[in-house]
Amino acid sequence: MLDDKDRIFTNLYGRDLCSLRGAQGRGHWQDTKKLMNEGPEWIVEQIKQSGLRGRGGAGFPTGLKWSFMPKPDSSTPPRYLVVNADESEPGTCKDREIMRHEPHSLLEGCLLAGFAMHTTAAYIYIRGEYVRERELLQRAIDEAYSAGLIGRKAAGSDYDFDIFLHHGAGAYICGEETALLESLEGKKGMPRMKPPFPAVAGLYGCPTTVNNVETIAVVPTILRRGAPWFAGIGRARNSGTKIFAISGHVNHPCVVEEAMSIPLRELIDRHCGGVRGGWKNLKAVIPGGSSVPCLPADMCDDTLMDFDWLAEHKSGLGTAAVIVMDQSTDIIKAIWRLSKFYKHESCGQCTPCREGAGWMMRVMERMVTGDAELSEVDMLHDVSKQVEGHTICALGDAAAWPIQGLIRHFRHEMEDRIRSRHFLMAAE
Amino acid sequence: MTEWREIKIDGTSVQIDPECTLIQACEEVGIEIPRFCYHERLSIAGNCRMCLVEIVGGPPKPAASCAMQVKDLRPNPDQSPPQILTNSEMVQKARRGVMEFLLINHPLDCPICDQGGECDLQDQAMAYGVEFSRYREPKRAVDDLNLGPLVETHMTRCISCTRCVRFATEVAGNQQMGQTGRGEDAEITSYLNQMLDSNIQANMIDLCPVGALTSKPYAFTARPWELSKTETIDVMDALGSNIRVDSKGREVRRIIPLNHDGVNEEWISDKARFAWDGLRLQRLDRPFLRGPDGRLAAVAWPEALEAAAQHLRDGPVAALAGDLAPVEAIFALGQLMDELEGRKECRLDKTALISGNRSAYVGTASIQDIDRAKQIVLVGTNPRDEAPVLNARIRSAWLKGAHIISFGAPEMNLTYACQHVSDRVDDFYQFVDENKTESDLTMVIVGQGALQGEVGHGVLGAAMALGESGLGMLVLHTAASRVGAMDLGFTCEGGLTSALEGAQTVYNLGGDEIGIPKGPFVIYQGSHGDRGAERADLVLPSAAYTEESGIFVNTEGRPQLAAKATFPPGDAKENWAIIRAISEPLGLELPYNDLDELRRSLREKHIQFQALGELPTRELQPVPRVPSKGDHRIAVVKYDHYFSNPILRASPLMAELTRQQHQKALNRSEKDAATV
Amino acid sequence: MRRRFHPEQPAGFAFTADNLEWAKQQTKKYPDGRQASAIIPILMRAQEQEGWLSRPAVETCADLLGIAHIRAFEVATFYSMFHLQPVGSVAHIQICGTTTCMICGAEELVNFCRKRIASQPGHLSKDGKFSWEEVECLGACCNAPMAQIGKDYFEDLTVTSLDKIIDEFAKGDFPEPGSQMGRFSSEPSTGLTTLIDWQSDNVTKNAAVALALEKGDTTRRIDGTK
Ligand SMILES: Cc1cc2nc3c(=O)[nH]c(=O)nc-3n(C[C@H](O)[C@H](O)[C@H](O)COP(=O)(O)O)c2cc1C
Ligand code: SF4
Ligand code: FES
Repeated sequence: MLDDKDRIFTNLYGRDLCSLRGAQGRGHWQDTKKLMNEGPEWIVEQIKQSGLRGRGGAGFPTGLKWSFMPKPDSSTPPRYLVVNADESEPGTCKDREIMRHEPHSLLEGCLLAGFAMHTTAAYIYIRGEYVRERELLQRAIDEAYSAGLIGRKAAGSDYDFDIFLHHGAGAYICGEETALLESLEGKKGMPRMKPPFPAVAGLYGCPTTVNNVETIAVVPTILRRGAPWFAGIGRARNSGTKIFAISGHVNHPCVVEEAMSIPLRELIDRHCGGVRGGWKNLKAVIPGGSSVPCLPADMCDDTLMDFDWLAEHKSGLGTAAVIVMDQSTDIIKAIWRLSKFYKHESCGQCTPCREGAGWMMRVMERMVTGDAELSEVDMLHDVSKQVEGHTICALGDAAAWPIQGLIRHFRHEMEDRIRSRHFLMAAE
Repeated sequence: MTEWREIKIDGTSVQIDPECTLIQACEEVGIEIPRFCYHERLSIAGNCRMCLVEIVGGPPKPAASCAMQVKDLRPNPDQSPPQILTNSEMVQKARRGVMEFLLINHPLDCPICDQGGECDLQDQAMAYGVEFSRYREPKRAVDDLNLGPLVETHMTRCISCTRCVRFATEVAGNQQMGQTGRGEDAEITSYLNQMLDSNIQANMIDLCPVGALTSKPYAFTARPWELSKTETIDVMDALGSNIRVDSKGREVRRIIPLNHDGVNEEWISDKARFAWDGLRLQRLDRPFLRGPDGRLAAVAWPEALEAAAQHLRDGPVAALAGDLAPVEAIFALGQLMDELEGRKECRLDKTALISGNRSAYVGTASIQDIDRAKQIVLVGTNPRDEAPVLNARIRSAWLKGAHIISFGAPEMNLTYACQHVSDRVDDFYQFVDENKTESDLTMVIVGQGALQGEVGHGVLGAAMALGESGLGMLVLHTAASRVGAMDLGFTCEGGLTSALEGAQTVYNLGGDEIGIPKGPFVIYQGSHGDRGAERADLVLPSAAYTEESGIFVNTEGRPQLAAKATFPPGDAKENWAIIRAISEPLGLELPYNDLDELRRSLREKHIQFQALGELPTRELQPVPRVPSKGDHRIAVVKYDHYFSNPILRASPLMAELTRQQHQKALNRSEKDAATV
Repeated sequence: MRRRFHPEQPAGFAFTADNLEWAKQQTKKYPDGRQASAIIPILMRAQEQEGWLSRPAVETCADLLGIAHIRAFEVATFYSMFHLQPVGSVAHIQICGTTTCMICGAEELVNFCRKRIASQPGHLSKDGKFSWEEVECLGACCNAPMAQIGKDYFEDLTVTSLDKIIDEFAKGDFPEPGSQMGRFSSEPSTGLTTLIDWQSDNVTKNAAVALALEKGDTTRRIDGTK
């Protein structure tokens, strides 16, 4: 288990002061200037060596992503860091804790990341529903400006850097980085085609990097404690600490920062008081937010919570939001509810997702009652394959995967339900 | 020049501009990629997902070929050229999937859909043979919009390709179309169901790949395969838009644009598209002669021809060429006048066009030059009214960064930002003097409004001088016949006033936009019972532009051949033939018995008609810049867009559009009055 | 659900002086010529002033930023937090219904709302004070089931606690948001397993709850009244 001394978010639950003073007491904003004096290249290199992978879902190596930003020269347009605080993936509620309780780690991270990529400003795009989180973050921004930590000659350096807070208004798709940029430009959140990638043409057509809140918020501590420290936690290629959010049928759902690669069972037993009704009562786990395929109980015994283990087992770490379902769960209905979510959240831009998400949801609706033909299980799988990989953004994939996971692991249950419904109908 | 890149498409190697999209690259090697949302003249949306192709060695999913550029392809590790496959299993599967998705909520109403037979979706569905039986859920229904009298909507058929929205916003410069809501509830709509404020909106009908947006006037009148199709030229303005006239029996049922990069790209104005209902009404189908009671009475052709000859013989004669007359008729009339020593005039709006100086009456710039312009100076013109499709082209230059300025009417809503400098002629002169040297990508567009009155020549001279240092000047005409008539020298010293002076007989070839003073005997030859026929003593019924073959020279000086799609009604005859017929009783028999012979003779005398369709080079002949004396102004001619010729004035649809336009203007001024 | 303007529309809309000033300030966050960026925050402020978004409000916001009405309308219909019809005058209750909340009891909360408020989502209660709807994941899954009311999250809900909360709103009070089963924030409910020493005596509520109590504006309109 991770020691408290190795936890980055020591005020995760907000039991200490969230103000600048509180944050400074916990070590934030200490010698920020000194870190900056090491230079942008040094920061990028440190992040590369730390092995940090994006915390927004895809797990792309952060240092590498930063190095995609074109080299600045005097003629280049403004450049932006955009922080993805849209946190809308069902099951996920980790960035919220950072924003309301650890806002200064995020702001300091913005400055350092922004500096490393020679950006002119950061925009933090927070989901519209997080009103208090937005207000608290704005307070922190105001504090940081007054203390000279951001703004002109930020934190005593020669670097000018602004942080602006912007919010959405209820659209999961705005978590997708290019949809987020569209939304930030005042439009509907419809994903853009890539290429061009944001690093070339992002916000307002300028070079832009989009990172998740947690990705940015861990940066100062990594720089302060050194890349080897961070790299030393977790398995190779999966390094660092990670905030997990465990919800659903555990005795005590919670958000907790743990070491990457922690066994799922240890995570649940240690922090959540175990599965409701005991480990044996476990039915399935969605290990990384709604978009990743579920794992049936028998696979959970030795599940390691990291990118590679889960990917190898046809699931994913995603946002490390663990949704636990015990034996009482109607797993078909649980997945149907996700289909409903994706249908509701599809932006409607491209055909497979716009039409497919609704189709899949309606078939799933019938799967819940069993009002279907046995052959429709395969058809549903086929339809999900017709959506997957054929859309502009990954929402199509995200809508397909939970269903594919369900069919992979719980096909028998779907078929049983159809059969018993047929049986009942025949009996009537 | 960029360096070309080699790629392989289905095994075939091509060298290609890296800026090309994959869909264009495929076209280059003759492979047509199915598409719905992609359109060459609109921005790339990449939303239909029909055009997916496989990139060998790329990600394990297909890529949208409409959106990806050749330069985005990564070279293979062994440095061999990137390969794309357009027919692999991955691609087939993806396409079939997309087709199935498009069809699940699409109504199966092809038999009653006007798009039936020319529907992209129908065609692709055939090609990818999907049975839609897998979808058991209820289909979606969407409310229709009321987009006014031109565009009919069946929104349940919409596949959300957003071509219409992109056309409206990008080409028409109209900010009323959009896609609201999201997901499967997303709807294409105009704001609050308003009719679009655009005079090129009906192009959306052609763009819509399915039957969601169809032509209201055409609705249910014909099926595509019943129509005979004639490629020809529009005459509703002087642009010379290339069109196809679809007719069933004797009637025109539909007009659609044809692509011509140099002229109209692939758009036409709404009036060009819908003028055809005016072809049926108010037609002159018999000759009429004014009797002793002062009334026009129908007469037979021989009697009419005899009467015409008699009055022409009486002389002095003047001949006028109206706005829609084809070159052949003007040529024949001109020859007849030469024999009769009559005067000729085509500048019925009294403009300062200079006979014999082609560079001054068409200019030296081409329509296509607009695309390259960095600065466009509008002088005395409202191109949106006078040539809407040309205006869309100016807008597209503006979108690419061109600066548009104008001299003339200050309040013009042109769909782009236009800086109005001044309407004073002196200010224009000063502007020309100051700007002369620096602007090498400047184009000057001179409207008929600038060529009015005694300063007309001076303004023309200054505009030419301004254009000379840049891309040139283009004279924007509004009459389809004008340049042709100028090419034939159908003018007289002193213009219209001197032409009519002392004339005993006036031969009015379709001049409906002028009033001929009382006095002379007027022979009116034309297609519609409009203003010209009212003032006539003898009416000779003739074919309209869709009913005879004839040459029209467009505003940039490009002669194009209009073809005959249907027959003139009743006893009406082709224009040139009437004049040829009159020449007989006059004893001045014109030396051609058919159109071919006429054209041969025309080509001998006027070399610019030798290569139809081509744009002849225009030699610059500068016009002296007369200084203006006094406070002269440049004006924009008042121009009734939907009522600018007799065909349009006969059209009930155009009357409706005019009514709506006036209503809108009224509402606007009331609103303004309320806010003051 | 197709999103349209409500059939009954007010005659006009005007921002209060404070809100107008606020809106103008917002536009300064974005580079010159990019003021359209502010459309979401400004529409939201209009909604916070009136309770819902009327056509005049959307048009006013569009005009303020110099963007076409259809573009603002696209935004208003795209984002699900915008209410295009009037909501309960006291509170609009948004129950999270997505999977975690569903398997933790959100359906009971929804059924309760059907009984207590209105049988259909988006409809007003008889007294016009309340309305409800089921919304998608609100990002507080470790405190499921939960609901958003106004600016605040009410977490770890039961039918009983939701009933009580609605009672309090009905009385004109602002009930305390946050966990309704006595949790501090999102730590394990039986006590901390981590960060045991990281605690200050001065902190008695989590930051979001503390802020809500400090401001006392959970469902208050931003319309200049106190
Ligand atoms: C449909 C969809 C929703 C997403 N939602 C979020 C989100 O809410 N928060 C987030 O940080 N990333 C989200 N992402 C991932 C982002 O696109 C992007 O990869 C991420 O912000 C990059 O940050 P990182 O490299 O720091 O992980 C989403 C992606 C998709 C396809
Ligand atoms: S109406 Fe036609 S053109 Fe417009 S989005 Fe629908 S299918 Fe495309
Ligand atoms: S044609 Fe390429 S996505 Fe539509």
